[in-house]
Amino acid sequence: MVKYLIKRIGIGLLTLFVLVAITFTMTKLMPGSPLQSKNITGEILEKMEEKYGLNKPVLEQFFIYCKNLLHGDLGTSYKKVGTEVTDIILSRIQPTLRLGIVTFLLTLVVGVSAGIAMAKTKSNFVRGLWLSGLTLGVSVPNFIVALLLLIIFGVQLRLFPILGLDTPMHYVLPAIAQGLYPISAVARLTQTSYEDVMRQDYVTMARAKGLSSTAITFRHILKNALLPVITYMGPMVAFLLTGSVVIENLYTIPGIGKEFVNAISNHDYTLVMGITIFIGSIIIICNMISDLVCSFVDPRIKNTL
Amino acid sequence: MDNLEAKLFRKLETEEKNDEFIAVESQTFLQAAMKNFLHNKRALAGAIILVIVILLAIFGPMISPYSYETMDTTLKNASPSSAHWFGTDKFGRDIFVRILYGARISLMVGLVAAIINLVIGTVYGGISGYIGGKTDMLMMRIVDIIYSVPAMLYIVLIMLIFGASVTSVMIGISISSWIDMARIVRQEVRSLKEQEFAMAAFVIGASGKRILFKHLLVNTVGQIIVTVTLMVPQAIFTEAWLSFLGVGISAPLASWGTLAQDARALIEIFPMQTAYPMLAICITIFAFNFVGEGLGTALDPKAKR
Repeated sequence: MVKYLIKRIGIGLLTLFVLVAITFTMTKLMPGSPLQSKNITGEILEKMEEKYGLNKPVLEQFFIYCKNLLHGDLGTSYKKVGTEVTDIILSRIQPTLRLGIVTFLLTLVVGVSAGIAMAKTKSNFVRGLWLSGLTLGVSVPNFIVALLLLIIFGVQLRLFPILGLDTPMHYVLPAIAQGLYPISAVARLTQTSYEDVMRQDYVTMARAKGLSSTAITFRHILKNALLPVITYMGPMVAFLLTGSVVIENLYTIPGIGKEFVNAISNHDYTLVMGITIFIGSIIIICNMISDLVCSFVDPRIKNTL
Repeated sequence: MDNLEAKLFRKLETEEKNDEFIAVESQTFLQAAMKNFLHNKRALAGAIILVIVILLAIFGPMISPYSYETMDTTLKNASPSSAHWFGTDKFGRDIFVRILYGARISLMVGLVAAIINLVIGTVYGGISGYIGGKTDMLMMRIVDIIYSVPAMLYIVLIMLIFGASVTSVMIGISISSWIDMARIVRQEVRSLKEQEFAMAAFVIGASGKRILFKHLLVNTVGQIIVTVTLMVPQAIFTEAWLSFLGVGISAPLASWGTLAQDARALIEIFPMQTAYPMLAICITIFAFNFVGEGLGTALDPKAKR
């Protein structure tokens, strides 16, 4: 167990390091220097380069960059002069987090219960309908869903507000738009693993013992059937974070995703790098946590790495 | 020999005579797959739609009297008519023709990304699976690391360096999407190389390269084709939402995502202008998914026919 833990965390840290190295290399490959456009020449340029550490060898710059990262310092924005990238990220994280948590819970509740309901259905017609619905949910791109919901319920019917995240009603459309794909995926995962577990001997045994069907569902089946869902939580966080870029732009939510797109269009390189590292790290850490939780719940897994 | 009497023999009925006759015409693997595919209605519909889309994308713009940038200032935001099938946009450009040009870009992005994936993924996965042992371990860990950074971040970084163009979108999409292919091919090769025919090839003295390419990879062709087919819509979708956010391919060139983005400002007044390109994306993605699904069952010899 300890060996697996160390291995998994080691790989996670290595991935983080590679991500940082890639982003750093990218900044160096980028055409032009941050000081180029400001009409600075000669001695002042040298002074400026010294101040920002740009005259040192690249490898040393990389070490300084890493050291700063460990202190939570992502540098200063190119375009918003004097603002720390970390501060910008912190000021924008809240809406993304709120919407993310709402969608996450929605996905788990709806996805898991729909999956169980489907595993228990015996009607072939309902199953066929269900499968088509899932295929649809998985293959329609999220920005199209978001846009359709926006046009129909926000603009035409005016049932829900579409700007910002001020009231609970504001969460409805973006959460559905963002959640459709993960809900379909979670439902499918739950359904297949639930059906698998239902056929196991220990479930038959529990039934033979005369346990109530609620006890069997929760204590025996769900406990085992939810494992794939736990594994999927890591990728789901990744999906929600990258998805937030689209959703926040469409619904004008002032979160990380919107800031990211703005930074790209403004060529604010340090901000783009900062957000890239931020989003990347969260995703890597979440994947790690979901793997560790899984190995904790199911000791068989540790042998696979 | 004397005791062979006529009464020991009996004349066979015609039916019995033909017992050994094989009534079903013998089919090669490809013929059987083809037949299975043609009987799958969804897959066939998908294939027909794809052919139509591809033909339209290639020949449509050649026949049409309008080009993608011809503006008719007297006809802005016109409704669909016999002259302009889908109407015109805010600059008086014919939307149908722009969608056809968009199809060229979107399909090209999808195909190129799929081809790059095919080459890199097959070779990487094949080598990793064939050599096995420590090399395999190392190669797969590298893949894990590349995979844990979301594709969006690679694309954004690539675009910052090389600028927003079709090429950088294609490179960005290809950076991480070959990994699925590599994993699938590796898995297949690992199980195939243990089989007798691989051993036979080895005993005859075939080189490792020959065994891998002529014997093992050939047997994974079914899986590879299916994966490639499913990769195309993935790439089209990624390109579409990047362009939709305004960070992908930019005007005057227009992919479907760009078209949807262009029309978004007028969504409250002319919702159909956004709807056409989105419909095009949906139809194409669905068609590819159906074809991929159909190929999956048709090319899998173990699947029920």
